[in-house]
Amino acid sequence: MTANAERMDAAAPAALTPVLSAEGLHVAFKGRGRRGSARAVDGVDLDVHAGEIVALVGESGCGKTTLARALLGLERPTAGRVAFEGEPLRYGMRPLKTYRRRVQLVLQDPSGSLNPRHTVYDAVAEGLRIHEGHTADERDRVAAALSRSGLRPPERFFLSYPHELSGGQRQRVVIAGALVLEPEVIVADEPVASLDASVRGEILGLLLRLRDELGLSALVVTHDLGLAWNIADRAAVMYLGRVVEVGPVEEVLASPRHPYTRALLSVLPESGADSPVILSGEPPDPTRVPAGCRFHARCQVLGSGQADAAGVAGRCRSEDPGVLSGGTATQVACHWANA
Amino acid sequence: MNYLEVKDLRVTYRAGEGEIPAVRGAGFGLAPGSKLGVAGESGCGKSTVALALLRLLPRSARVQGEILLDGEDVLTMRWGRLRAVRWAGASIVFQGAMHSLNAVRRVGDQIAEPILLHENATPGEVSRRVGRLLEQVGLPRWRAKAYPHELSGGQRQRVMIAMALACEPRLLIADEPTTALDVMIQAQILRLIDRLVGEHGISMMMISHDLSVLAETCDRLAVMYAGRVVEEGPADSVFADARHPYTAALSSAFPKIGDPESRRNPHGLPGDPPDPADPPSGCAFRPRCPVAEERCSTVDPVLWPVEPAAVGNGAAGRAAACVRMLPEMRSAGVAAEPAEPNVAAPEESR
Amino acid sequence: MSGPQREQVPVTARALAWERRRRALAGFWREYARNRAGLFGLVGLSVFVVLAVAAPLFVDPGELSVTGAPGRAHQPPSLAYPLGTDTFGRSVLDLVVWGARISLTVGFLATAMSVALGTLIGIVAGHFGGWTSAVLMRVTDWFLVLPPLVLAVALAAVMTRSTLTIIIAIGVTVWPATARLVRAQTLAVEARPYIERAWALGAGHAHVMRRHVLPNVMPVVLAQTTLLVATSIIAESTLAFLGLGDPSTISWGGILQDARNAGAVSSGIWWYMVPPGLAIALVALSFTLCGRALEGVLNPKLRERR
Repeated sequence: MTANAERMDAAAPAALTPVLSAEGLHVAFKGRGRRGSARAVDGVDLDVHAGEIVALVGESGCGKTTLARALLGLERPTAGRVAFEGEPLRYGMRPLKTYRRRVQLVLQDPSGSLNPRHTVYDAVAEGLRIHEGHTADERDRVAAALSRSGLRPPERFFLSYPHELSGGQRQRVVIAGALVLEPEVIVADEPVASLDASVRGEILGLLLRLRDELGLSALVVTHDLGLAWNIADRAAVMYLGRVVEVGPVEEVLASPRHPYTRALLSVLPESGADSPVILSGEPPDPTRVPAGCRFHARCQVLGSGQADAAGVAGRCRSEDPGVLSGGTATQVACHWANA
Repeated sequence: MNYLEVKDLRVTYRAGEGEIPAVRGAGFGLAPGSKLGVAGESGCGKSTVALALLRLLPRSARVQGEILLDGEDVLTMRWGRLRAVRWAGASIVFQGAMHSLNAVRRVGDQIAEPILLHENATPGEVSRRVGRLLEQVGLPRWRAKAYPHELSGGQRQRVMIAMALACEPRLLIADEPTTALDVMIQAQILRLIDRLVGEHGISMMMISHDLSVLAETCDRLAVMYAGRVVEEGPADSVFADARHPYTAALSSAFPKIGDPESRRNPHGLPGDPPDPADPPSGCAFRPRCPVAEERCSTVDPVLWPVEPAAVGNGAAGRAAACVRMLPEMRSAGVAAEPAEPNVAAPEESR
Repeated sequence: MSGPQREQVPVTARALAWERRRRALAGFWREYARNRAGLFGLVGLSVFVVLAVAAPLFVDPGELSVTGAPGRAHQPPSLAYPLGTDTFGRSVLDLVVWGARISLTVGFLATAMSVALGTLIGIVAGHFGGWTSAVLMRVTDWFLVLPPLVLAVALAAVMTRSTLTIIIAIGVTVWPATARLVRAQTLAVEARPYIERAWALGAGHAHVMRRHVLPNVMPVVLAQTTLLVATSIIAESTLAFLGLGDPSTISWGGILQDARNAGAVSSGIWWYMVPPGLAIALVALSFTLCGRALEGVLNPKLRERR
């Protein structure tokens, strides 16, 4: 638990420039046919500081993957910007290539994110070859990245193909492929969602160890609140294109204030909640963002009349609670919680 | 008597020249109206067991043992009887509802299919039944006209459940029904299954790799590893107080939020499941076991009662296949004969 | 389920690459050898290729000229001339053996040309999409609806009468099908997550097309190629038969044309017509068998069904 204590110190100096940040980020997709444009990311300020693991939590369709893609420069924001070490990201071919050496992506499905016709060696060496061509120490660096990811001895895996490996091993290969470039930030999109329960903890432990040993920062996109509790320093809960609650994991998950966060936590199996709040219906449609608070139509606090009692029900229906700012402070976008 | 009784089930797949044992003597029972959760990681044989129950395995699989459904052995059943059992006796909800639905047919027609196939019903009656089924699973009647791609993942899973319930089965087999669904949708579907199973008095077998989901939904749990049941018992006590080290690893994989012990401390299980074509000697779990001992490499433990079952209360019985749970081991610590891989033990204790 | 590599692992990156290729080839051959029809095709093909390459060793080119013919006209098969002689007294067996050289050359070169063209256009159209794809695919469609034989006849008539003209005429007419196929395959490959991973690693267009799309498209192309060779050889024979080939070279189609002109059909000189026709059929069959076998090896979905 010594690492734990160090973490607390590392997270404290919030005045430093964040490594990676989204500033007023909007990403909209043009609608097809009669549908309006989809506001997948609808105004997000989010910072990732050096050596920090931030969990971006939300249901599918809430825009969390689009936000991650925008942070990697894979999606152009329609408004706002992405900044790396304070510098806004430029979208030319060359600056993007330099940027992508320092920010790496780990995808959800390790079976799909490895080319079935490339050996483990080729998959890990790919990033090196893109940025440096064939180098003399390529083999050593690939071996080092593999063993750092827990595939030991690395030589044993060089000539294996992805289909010869288990799911956990494949995800380790993907992580090794990211590590070989010695990045500053890893963006992981549901890194354990398609893995078995038994392997899950191993991969999460690896991410945590990489942070402690290499000082890596990570943004982990997930729908799994337990993952955030397991490894993240801060959590940002996203709903319909906006971050609705953000702060240290201990505060956001252990004493949630936004009704949506509360509902998500209450439905976890074994959560111990007496009366789980199962929100009805599907996650809403980003082509039709409701007026007022975007959560108000499904909000259990508004539905049960508690918001009325607090005298904010009218504002919930008509007034947008606004965009939460970046930084490390605990914030919540809810009229009721802030009342 | 149990509605479903599986005894010493063995399934081997022919692959190339060799044979690969996928299920190596699994056994469990399911009382009428109760819910059994089968847990384990991919490749442990849990889905093979589900398919074997209705003889849905490919022809390359050889199945041995006994599967008694309401006292009748499914494995020796005649074809006509099997067809009747497949619908009225038991039906399956598969994982991945996107692939299990026909993309070019309206969901209403797909729900109606088993009714038309197995019962002589008029078209009007069938469409009324379909409408009622859709309402039961929480979808409006007019959704019968929708094609699968017009529905969300959760809605498609609801359609799958409606299809499974169409012929009022007595047993529902749900294979990873909520995998790949969001927490909120997962909660909706689990609640729906729970309600329907309760209302109709259906027995259910639910398969998942997520022990916490099963513990929440089911009465009893069976944990499978490398083609065998390694622990069995009431859901709550198996989840909270695991006797087999593998169960313990599974139940700590998903942390309890707010529990300081798991904060920044994910629990996993090192290593990979054994190669079914080349299992390790002794206990199959030994290479990954955190508490393995020397004798584990020679003794292949059977499922053994770990708590003396109260007389007349079979539901309380618990069993685990771990040498540390064998009574003679606990007292004397002498090396036992390598045990027969037979899973009859819990039966004798009841 | 780990990949156990018990043998010695090479030390350098280059040696690793060679070792990988060696293993891939060995595995490929094991799969291929399980297909009996494919083996027959391979044997047939090898016989033709060896005959064509070694032809100068046992056929005297001088005896194949109209003036240097050793025998009399239209001799039936005998010990001296196992397949008889043609109008000019040349040995039909020698002609057929020599004809294999042109037929195979044209078949391979025309196929190489059309496959290269089709693969390039297909990958570029599939990769860039948008208006690039729209323009390229309209051009492809235009070629696709042109009757190939008519276009080839027109081309062969306009250009000088040479083997090269035939190759170009066939190559230009056969590629659209390949382009369509490759484009569809490219679209499927580009939707895979590993392409996204490559972009995130900083890859450029060239890298994605060469390292990811091409290796995944190649199997389909390879199988298609072997089938195309058969098509090309038949097309070459057809053009030569129609008198559009180079009259100074000997090809199977040319022999057939000579036979028809000599009235071989009406006068029952079967040995003049049957051998070149049979040769065309056998080579086409060999290539088709190989192509089907390759398809089975390279496309795992077909393999499972077997």
